[in-house]
Amino acid sequence: MTQQASTVTVRASALHRSFGARVAVRDVSFELRKGEVLGFLGPNGAGKTTTMQMLTGNLAPGAGSVQICGIDLLDRPTAAKARIGYLPETPPLYRELTVDEFLRLAARLHRLKKHELAAAVERAKQRCGLVEVGRRLIGSLSKGYQQRVGIAQAIVHNPDVVILDEPTVGLDPIQIREIRALIRELGGEHSVILSTHILPEVESVCDRVQIMHDGALVYSDTIAGLKQFRQGHSLVVGLGHPPAPAELQALAGVAQVEVISETQFRLHFDPEDNPTDALVRASVERGWGLFHLSPTQASLEDVFVQLTQRDEAQP
Amino acid sequence: MIFTIAAKELKSLFASPLAWVVLALLELVIAYLFLSQIDAFDAVQSRLSQLANAPGITEVIVAPLFGSVATVLLMAVPLLSMRLLAEEKRNRTLTLLISAPLAMTEIVLGKFLGLLLFLAAVIALPALMALSLYAGGRLDSGLLLANLLGTVLLAASFASLGLFVSSLTAQPVVAAMGTLGALLGLWIVNLAAAEPDSVLHYLSVMKHFESFNKGLVNTGDIAYFALFTLTFLVLTVRRLDRDRLGA
Repeated sequence: MTQQASTVTVRASALHRSFGARVAVRDVSFELRKGEVLGFLGPNGAGKTTTMQMLTGNLAPGAGSVQICGIDLLDRPTAAKARIGYLPETPPLYRELTVDEFLRLAARLHRLKKHELAAAVERAKQRCGLVEVGRRLIGSLSKGYQQRVGIAQAIVHNPDVVILDEPTVGLDPIQIREIRALIRELGGEHSVILSTHILPEVESVCDRVQIMHDGALVYSDTIAGLKQFRQGHSLVVGLGHPPAPAELQALAGVAQVEVISETQFRLHFDPEDNPTDALVRASVERGWGLFHLSPTQASLEDVFVQLTQRDEAQP
Repeated sequence: MIFTIAAKELKSLFASPLAWVVLALLELVIAYLFLSQIDAFDAVQSRLSQLANAPGITEVIVAPLFGSVATVLLMAVPLLSMRLLAEEKRNRTLTLLISAPLAMTEIVLGKFLGLLLFLAAVIALPALMALSLYAGGRLDSGLLLANLLGTVLLAASFASLGLFVSSLTAQPVVAAMGTLGALLGLWIVNLAAAEPDSVLHYLSVMKHFESFNKGLVNTGDIAYFALFTLTFLVLTVRRLDRDRLGA
């Protein structure tokens, strides 16, 4: 029991925050364990950034509390902050400093000892692929490199919790892959929270996902759970010699047939009664000439719609 | 930690051309004033020597020199202090400091100290000019030290006010104008006061600096500058805390 409690690195309880009359975050609670990568998903303005600012002490919560490794962020801010690395939406970079100078400064500000500095900076540079640009001015680096410097400053003091706000925005596909690999790697020894509005990103790097909408957590599950959730209830079928739609309708489990084109159909079905097998059999037996068969997945938008509608149905 | 921030502030100041330009122009102006003061002294020296209790070179050259240094600081501090917090807000780099395990007081003191060290360099050069007079005569070291102390206290007060105004806005230029306006206002606030014991005289920065300029080190004046500095540092800390708490 105590073993389990000690591995919880972030515990947010009933976080609430409003700006004037607008409520930005309402009643957000969650836990994060050591070594987990948590994806914060949501449309723009859902309250992801506000939540992250509260987790890092940049914004005081209106109500609720945050504990980092068992240390209350409001009671002992400096002790708690020492365990967090934070990359905000806009990387906080001093453009007039070189990468080396900047990372040394970040390490110093996080109270690293003098003799640990060089090794810590070197390690952060290595992990973020910054070794060859160490002596260049940050202002002269490309956006992708600046983003990496931002991540490097978040991990230079080897924090227990790394919080990254949209870390892959504005990067090219190769850099995105590198950054994702880095985040996966970080997940091994740190706890990572990252926010994004890109669903594949969450699927490729996170262990758990939380979806926010209108300031509230509307969904929280593992990645496998999300995939399950996104499983659609329809098939797109391409048939070289299509039968009459009524014949497709007659297959076991098919609820409705939608004609897309002469050779393509969308079959809707009940989740408990998947007609794929029956369809393939019938196609072989009756020579329909099946050339395309794909289950449709609910898009992120569909998931949002489902989640928010479910939320309204059961308040 | 305070020193880490101060060192970064100094580095950023010296990395920008603005600081160098300001420093070079200030020294040019001060040196010119210094030389013209020496010329003036040279012109009247023969007549001064006939007086019974004649003013020495410290009174004729050094005191007016530091008087002009004070005016020059009044113009220069807004330019140097404007970016301290306003630019960090605009570039969103303040997050780095706030996310780090630092107290708000450490951040504010670090920034203040960084600027004060730069201003110390500005003051050091006229001090060296004054010391160069030892080559040709003897100085009233008491008067010189009183002037130095007064100028440093003045610089600290100006810097704290500039830091505070810089925390109010995300626009460095607005911060510069605001600081200049506030400093000028405080400098001349006593001009409107006719009677000598008006409360405006107590508020005026110039009045308090004048005693140091005359060689009068007065605890009342020291307390004025110390309170002035402290007040604006506390206000800055509170202002940054309020940003975090949000409106």
